[in-house]
Amino acid sequence: MTLSTILLQLMKGMGVTAEIFFLTLLFSLPLGLLVAFGRMSKNGIIRTVSKIYISVLRGTPLMLQLIVVYFAPFYVFHLKVGNYRFPAIIIAFALNYAAYFAEIYRAGIESMPVGQYEAARVLGYSRLQTFVRIILPQVIKRILPPVTNETITLVKDTSLAFVLAQAEMFTMAKQIAAKETSIMPLMIAGVFYYLFNLIVATVMERIEKSLNYYK
Amino acid sequence: MSEEGKILLQIEHMKKSFDGVEILKDISLSVREGEVVSIIGPSGSGKSTLLRCATMLETMDGGTLSYLSEKAAYEENGRCVYAPKAKLKEIHKNFGLVFQNFNLFPHYSVMKNITDAPVVVDKVPKKEAEERARKLLAQLGLSDKADAYPCQLSGGQQQRVSIARALALQPKILFFDEPTSALDPELTGEVLKVIKELAREHMTMIIVTHEMQFARELSDRIIFMEQGIIQAEGTPEEIFHCENDRVREFIGKFQS
Ligand SMILES: Nc1ncnc2c1ncn2[C@@H]1O[C@H](COP(=O)(O)OP(=O)(O)OP(=O)(O)O)[C@@H](O)[C@H]1O
Ligand SMILES: [Mg+2]
Repeated sequence: MTLSTILLQLMKGMGVTAEIFFLTLLFSLPLGLLVAFGRMSKNGIIRTVSKIYISVLRGTPLMLQLIVVYFAPFYVFHLKVGNYRFPAIIIAFALNYAAYFAEIYRAGIESMPVGQYEAARVLGYSRLQTFVRIILPQVIKRILPPVTNETITLVKDTSLAFVLAQAEMFTMAKQIAAKETSIMPLMIAGVFYYLFNLIVATVMERIEKSLNYYK
Repeated sequence: MSEEGKILLQIEHMKKSFDGVEILKDISLSVREGEVVSIIGPSGSGKSTLLRCATMLETMDGGTLSYLSEKAAYEENGRCVYAPKAKLKEIHKNFGLVFQNFNLFPHYSVMKNITDAPVVVDKVPKKEAEERARKLLAQLGLSDKADAYPCQLSGGQQQRVSIARALALQPKILFFDEPTSALDPELTGEVLKVIKELAREHMTMIIVTHEMQFARELSDRIIFMEQGIIQAEGTPEEIFHCENDRVREFIGKFQS
């Protein structure tokens, strides 16, 4: 196998890796907010359920969660679902990262000074208006650093999809490395992950800077 | 003059406890249109709690609260009940509150701080809200700050913006909770000046303050609170020459 075919194969894997990455963010960021609301709910049952959700998803290996999500429909519900591999990966990643994001949101929301809520209330904002217009924009600024951390971890975590034999970059690199008995494909994969994260970090830094117009 | 104005705010037998401790014991107070009322008293006497109950940031435990004869809260079978949400929303439009620490929205420019509530809450057209804001900024000496962000302003400027923000909703009555306490001494003057100007325009105001001279000059009436009750009430002259030992002692502290 020539270097260019190796690169080409790895690029293809990279595409799948990027897909897992973006789809996970797309679903886990809003889901995390929902879980955070549950965690702060006045309703004790909702609060407890959310707490258990966060605790279990953060307390067990993501690899295990991937396997459970993939095999549960068959083993638990005796369902035969067609090509379920990729959706299972996205579901597991989204559920897992939502738990982490939920705690980040919660810390951000709870760090907001009560005076902001009171000012909005006296001015007549509804609760929804207060959250969307006053609280959330400030929370986003506050939580960007921890969200960046999670996002960088996610780039690396996508490699866990190999347990379901998904053809993302890590799986490809391993296969090629075995076939060619060379460590080079893995090294190249490492460089790719690194570059991906360099881009992620740069983008996040840009966003942080763009919110620096106020303190 | 103020005897003729209609009663804007009426509080009767207001009670409020925190964790079983009675903070407001039996407060009755009415304020007429155009009146400026100052509330003074020692720390912990319940001045802020009174303003917070009057502005419904805190729910009271007993008594009645009404604006322009519309009851926001009243007693029924020994319990304090609040009017339905829709009615409270209407009643809310009667008043504004200026906080000790401003509580401006840091992510909004000065202009947006002032126009956002009128546009979002009162559905004032954006153009009109901005025009209103510009007038207020000019009046408060902040014309060149419309595009600044709160963090770029001094404390005195921030407090003036927060006054403009409250005025933009055109409230009938404006509450101030120690509007100058968070400011450096050299900045209090500019805020007090703005409040004095509002008084000259017959804005109805209730001001909790430790600025005795200011209260004396400005108020139609001064209320002295202590331990959750109104200990004394009267014109500035009456209060500053009051026989009540507590009042004399308190005022004496500020005149050394
Ligand atoms: N949310 C609360 N929970 C418990 N206690 C409270 C709460 N708010 C106020 N208090 C108590 O009520 C009492 C009166 O407080 P308040 O803030 O009304 O006093 P104040 O007259 O405004 O004092 P200051 O001049 O220091 O501002 C204080 O003893 C305070 O500890
Ligand atoms: Mg106070």
